[in-house]
Amino acid sequence: MDHFLHLLFDQTVNGLVIGNIYALIAVGLAIIFGVGNLINFAHGSVYMIGAYVGWVCATRLHTPLYVSFVVVIVVCGLLGILIERFGLRGLQNSARIAPLLATIGISFMLDQLTQIIFSPDPQSFPNPLPQAPIVLGGTSIRPIDILIAVIGIGSAVILFLVLRYTKLGWALRATAQDRDAAQQMGVDVNAVNRTAFALASILAGIAGMLVGMYFQTVYPTMSFQAGLKGFSANLLGGLGNIPGAIIGGLVLGLIESYGVAAFGSSYRNLFAFVILIAVLIFRPNGLFNRKRQLPPEPLTGTFIANNRLIRLPRWVIIAAIVIAILFPLVVNNPYLLQVLTNAWLLGLVALSITLVTGTAGQTALGQAGFLAIGAYTSALLTLRLHWPFELALITAALVTGVLGTLLVLPVFRLRAYYLAIATIGIGEIVSQVILNWDSLTNGALGLTNIPPPSILGYQIVLPQHVYWYSLALLLTVVLLQWRLVRSSLGRVWRALREDEVAAQAYGINLYRYKALAFAISAFIAGLSGAFTAHMYTYINHETFTSSTSILALTMAILGGMGNILGAIVGSLALTILPEIFRGLVDYRYLFYGLVLVLLVRYRPQGLLGTE
Amino acid sequence: MTKTALLEIRNLSRNFDGVLAVDDISFDVNTGEFVSIIGPNGAGKTTLFNLITGTDQPTQGQIQFEGKALVGLQPDQFAGRGLARTFQNGRVFGNLSVLDNVLIGAHSRRRDSRPRNLIGELLTALIQSPAAQAEEQQLRREAEAIIALFGERLTPRLNNPASSLSYANRRRLEIARALALQPRLLLLDEPTAGMNLTETAEMLDFILRLKQNGLTILLIEHKLTLVMELSDRVIVMDNGQKIAEGTPAVVRSDPRVIEAYLGRKQHQRDLTSEASQTPL
Repeated sequence: MDHFLHLLFDQTVNGLVIGNIYALIAVGLAIIFGVGNLINFAHGSVYMIGAYVGWVCATRLHTPLYVSFVVVIVVCGLLGILIERFGLRGLQNSARIAPLLATIGISFMLDQLTQIIFSPDPQSFPNPLPQAPIVLGGTSIRPIDILIAVIGIGSAVILFLVLRYTKLGWALRATAQDRDAAQQMGVDVNAVNRTAFALASILAGIAGMLVGMYFQTVYPTMSFQAGLKGFSANLLGGLGNIPGAIIGGLVLGLIESYGVAAFGSSYRNLFAFVILIAVLIFRPNGLFNRKRQLPPEPLTGTFIANNRLIRLPRWVIIAAIVIAILFPLVVNNPYLLQVLTNAWLLGLVALSITLVTGTAGQTALGQAGFLAIGAYTSALLTLRLHWPFELALITAALVTGVLGTLLVLPVFRLRAYYLAIATIGIGEIVSQVILNWDSLTNGALGLTNIPPPSILGYQIVLPQHVYWYSLALLLTVVLLQWRLVRSSLGRVWRALREDEVAAQAYGINLYRYKALAFAISAFIAGLSGAFTAHMYTYINHETFTSSTSILALTMAILGGMGNILGAIVGSLALTILPEIFRGLVDYRYLFYGLVLVLLVRYRPQGLLGTE
Repeated sequence: MTKTALLEIRNLSRNFDGVLAVDDISFDVNTGEFVSIIGPNGAGKTTLFNLITGTDQPTQGQIQFEGKALVGLQPDQFAGRGLARTFQNGRVFGNLSVLDNVLIGAHSRRRDSRPRNLIGELLTALIQSPAAQAEEQQLRREAEAIIALFGERLTPRLNNPASSLSYANRRRLEIARALALQPRLLLLDEPTAGMNLTETAEMLDFILRLKQNGLTILLIEHKLTLVMELSDRVIVMDNGQKIAEGTPAVVRSDPRVIEAYLGRKQHQRDLTSEASQTPL
């Protein structure tokens, strides 16, 4: 019993310490959401950069701890101002999802830059504080725990005082309540936004540095999980609610800490995402807010710009298809064929996104989860049950269609960025379940020796054959999707994208048509995932990540949302361009991020126009 | 009196966090009748419409349409019962063409191109059976005919996106979309809001023709000229309550109505400008 109490105490301290970190991140997100009405996806990257700046100070510059903190504060504050400049300003009148997409692009760029400068490998972060724990009657606390607690509570108090008693705080609160009215009253709203981003980014940077010291390691991919967890904490307390964010952070830290103690550390990331989804479903306004009323105005949930559609002449399209088919006969470069095969397979994912997000207006950022379900289903059917490839492929796509719809079903009533976040969360949950379901998925080791694609028993291994196989899949899906989008069903999807309330008033059952759109989208993504698994012959829970989802979304936006041809043009462009400029291959995510930021800002309708 | 009304509303209330937007409203609408609801801004007229058409759910009370209860149905089931509405703020589908907007209005009437089960609907969309195609063509012809009712206003813009339409044309498109449902009760929420005098007069003629064709209509309108000319019966709302009901002539002289309008400073001007067009 004594042992249990000690364990409980340790885990509580752990949970509160990590909770403090989450709270620092969440408070920043809450400030930004408050003034900018924006979920800042680059926030996790700022946190990661804070950790790296601290690491540079400690290991390269050998500055004293307090100087390191000052450097982190300055760098991250400036970074916040930059993010406000490119992620928010200029997008005030765009679709509500636009700033979110822009910050995703910025986070891609920041993460990739960090990888280029500091390598993708984890770096050891020496903790300058004394290591000896302070023993208190049988239990112990480390100095770092105390530092984190002091900074966490200290920041909260300072923030509270700033918001409550300074003119800046008054302007911040005024802008949060009513942007336009604040502007009318002479508040410089841009300056307020800038300050909010700077303040929030400083908090994130400090959190990053503290985490670096706490775990004594920093790595570029720490950003994504942290951002999403900060968001979960913020959501738990109610979006934009600052005291709520602090409590949400602490609660999340505690749940995670107890959860890891009970189930094991591989479950660590699962808790935050399950909480995220549960809160979105049951209390979308957080634990402390009341339920929201019906939104009075149409709230377009996706990224559709009013524009003129660019229609390519039929002969151009037919010629392009013929060239694509004949290509391997002329060019026999295996590397190039592999690149194009990837373009076809990613084109399928872009098609799946352009259907559900473009045509039906349901922002889906969790396609990676669907890819993984398709990949594992097909791989397991061939490996364990020795099904023929073709049958496994189709079955996997069907299973993904059904399973994917069931997974997204609970969050159907969410719209715009809530749905975007929920689908990311669902994608992450799929990945976590795959990681932890050892008996079925072989856990972290992944599945090896997956049989390559085959037709009627003949294995398809030559690059040009794989190329044709994937192209055939793509063209089939294009044909089917083209028929769907042009049918009365396609019209219904577009109506529900434009205005859910009006669509409902004309007899359109929202759940039915959203389910249908997600089912087909998941089916297509599952098909792509399954084929990819057999092509790679090896998969694990990290083969398909959120980056894949975002990349496919960028392709869809580049081509023009809802535009079938556009999805393929977008996929070709983003796959081939980094290859043409050979130097870009290593920086491809930098390039993708930049494309996303520029598109959202300057050409939201994409190359061919939204449909 | 064994005759039952087309629409029966009994003790209907809607409470928004302690504010009674609709407070114990009861009235009937008979088949073929033209009933208008008037009242100052914030009287609860649009909320009442939302309750009747399923966009919102009442806190209390009953709504019967053709003898069947509407309360408790899903919002998308109201269209199937024969209720069509327009929206006060204009809710056309911006990126859909004019024709597609009207075709969405006919959604609840589809049979062959909208099978009941999900898989069937998907396959029909993919395969396009002859029956489904025929239905699509039929609805398309009907939609074009409805659009033609507005003369040259909408027909030349058949394939333009609704977002490119003028404000007045969007209101016309909303009515066209509602007519495509072949409603047994049409609810019009300020169909002439934002229209100039010519456009308003044109709309009045149009609604009058709908009435003469026997369509049952429930109208919310601020332009009293229009209301007085069109209505068989007028219901006056104020603060969520029904304060008067009767023929236009009766309502016009009801002291409570005059008080509701003139008793508030901010509406005095509205009414005077109204009166300058036609004396009440």
